[in-house]
Amino acid sequence: MSGAFTKSMARNIFYGGTVFFFLLFLALSFDTHQALPKRDHRAEITPQVVHGKKLVEVNNCIGCHTLMGEGAYFAPELGNAITRLGGREGIKGFIKSRPVEGIPGRRSMPQFNFSDDDLEAIAAYLEHINKIDDANWPPNIQG
Amino acid sequence: MPFQSQGVAKYYFMAAIALFAGQILFGLIMGLQYVWGDFLFPAIPFNVARMVHTNLLIVWLLFGFMGGAYYLIPEESETELFSPKLAMLLFWVFLVAGALTIVGYLAVPYATLAKYTGNDLLETMGREFLEQPLITKVGIVIVALGFLFNISMTVLKGRKTAISTVLLLGLWGLAVFFLFSFYNPSNPVEDKFFWWWTVHLWVEGVWELILGSLLAFVLIKVTGVDREVIEKWLYVIITLTLVTGVIGTGHHYFWIGTPEYWQWWGSIFSALEPIPFFAMTVFAFNMVNRRRREHPNRAATLWALGTGVMAFLGAGVWGFLHTLAPVNYYTHGTQITAAHGHMAFYGAYAMVVLCMISYAMPIMRGRAANSNKAQVLEMWSFWLMTIAMVFITLFLTAAGILQVWLQRVSDTPLPFMVVQDKVALFYWMREWTGVVFLIGLVLYILSFFVKGESSAKAA
Repeated sequence: MSGAFTKSMARNIFYGGTVFFFLLFLALSFDTHQALPKRDHRAEITPQVVHGKKLVEVNNCIGCHTLMGEGAYFAPELGNAITRLGGREGIKGFIKSRPVEGIPGRRSMPQFNFSDDDLEAIAAYLEHINKIDDANWPPNIQG
Repeated sequence: MPFQSQGVAKYYFMAAIALFAGQILFGLIMGLQYVWGDFLFPAIPFNVARMVHTNLLIVWLLFGFMGGAYYLIPEESETELFSPKLAMLLFWVFLVAGALTIVGYLAVPYATLAKYTGNDLLETMGREFLEQPLITKVGIVIVALGFLFNISMTVLKGRKTAISTVLLLGLWGLAVFFLFSFYNPSNPVEDKFFWWWTVHLWVEGVWELILGSLLAFVLIKVTGVDREVIEKWLYVIITLTLVTGVIGTGHHYFWIGTPEYWQWWGSIFSALEPIPFFAMTVFAFNMVNRRRREHPNRAATLWALGTGVMAFLGAGVWGFLHTLAPVNYYTHGTQITAAHGHMAFYGAYAMVVLCMISYAMPIMRGRAANSNKAQVLEMWSFWLMTIAMVFITLFLTAAGILQVWLQRVSDTPLPFMVVQDKVALFYWMREWTGVVFLIGLVLYILSFFVKGESSAKAA
């Protein structure tokens, strides 16, 4: 850090390096978006799936659960919940059966009083999430 | 305090500390819910407590950054703040909006809050860390623009230094990347992809510029080392930060449906991410060793050294621990992530804000440094909070390793909730350590009220 290496050289390396790597990041992001349609099954995103995503968001499900590993770590992973609970019916039955006052001494999911349409939408959304090609994550059915 | 208008920082700092206390309180509530599942259920469900915990973290750090900027920029620019009135107006707007948002989280179900705050107009809510209602998000943008206008105008009319340039870059980056929080495509993969443009490019990108410039400023003041040397280091550190951190975003793109090549890009560049933090530690110790004066505020020097070390451990070492794709495949979304998050945020951002407050607050209260008695108490709070955070991280790491093993690696993987019961011992230990952290924070606040003979008057 002595002598020949001056502050203005350091500054120029900062600007040059940052711009270079940011452009590289943009290029990689662009390439990713070219590749995504083959992996995210976007053709299957129906209005019902979109509605399900919205319900998962406005009820703050990721405040307890993870979804493809992101969210909170208080409750099980949702990305593969559809297989773990045995399909759409399993998801709907589980959400519907949550006791209003919780389970004494245990962590419990709130009772959201969803309509049947809403439950169907959430299940459809989780089914869609499960189909995304996410490099075989999670490692097993336990999430 | 060379410039009268630097005084606005005091309000920002006081609000930051108050919100910090709230954050820790909700942290303790959540910690208890981990082992005592129905604690406060259904009044404060876990997701609400967590939202309050993480959102308060973000908001108090923003208050801290803004206060830091209001203190630092006039002194660096050698001119009064462009508009102290605007700074105070925005302070109250931000504080009231922040408080109302937290009240909203606690008072009504989240879906109701979403309904009444315009989420149907533009759906932005319900994504981790970006849970704020649409009107709060718009409010943040307005406050940020007003703040940036004020700060930028101050820099423009005064002296331009490397520190103020880097700080401005960081703050503008913070505002620009926050705009991605308004983008929520219905395709979940794209949603997650751009969500990280706020979340990662904040904490592993532009926020580090803010961290670096605040630290460099305090180091110039407490060591008296030549500005040229410190600013050169600052550029080297932030170069390393952005060169590794921008492509390092890739470590979040391993398992969300993006192409597999991200596993290479993400692993390689995030393996390099500890380097800037290591450089920062070397930098801080180097400057303090080469100091040309004994600054009376030894507590601030301690915070400055602590920031480097803890940021390196939390962001650097604990980040690297689970950032290689083959490891991350097993550790992703477990307590290991929580362990890393805790120490990284405390070490990098909480500590640098506390460092800035520790340096600037006595000066704004008319003395170069607090009395010896007050400083001793503050240093106790430093060690209590820092050591508590080390142990919180260790206990969460232990819980995480067990979780990975029992749930994902063993021959007979167990369900999530069964595993949670089995690691409860570590959650208890984390909770008790959290209580120690709270005691440290209480001492920190008390140190503001300790009188005693002050060694020197402020310049």
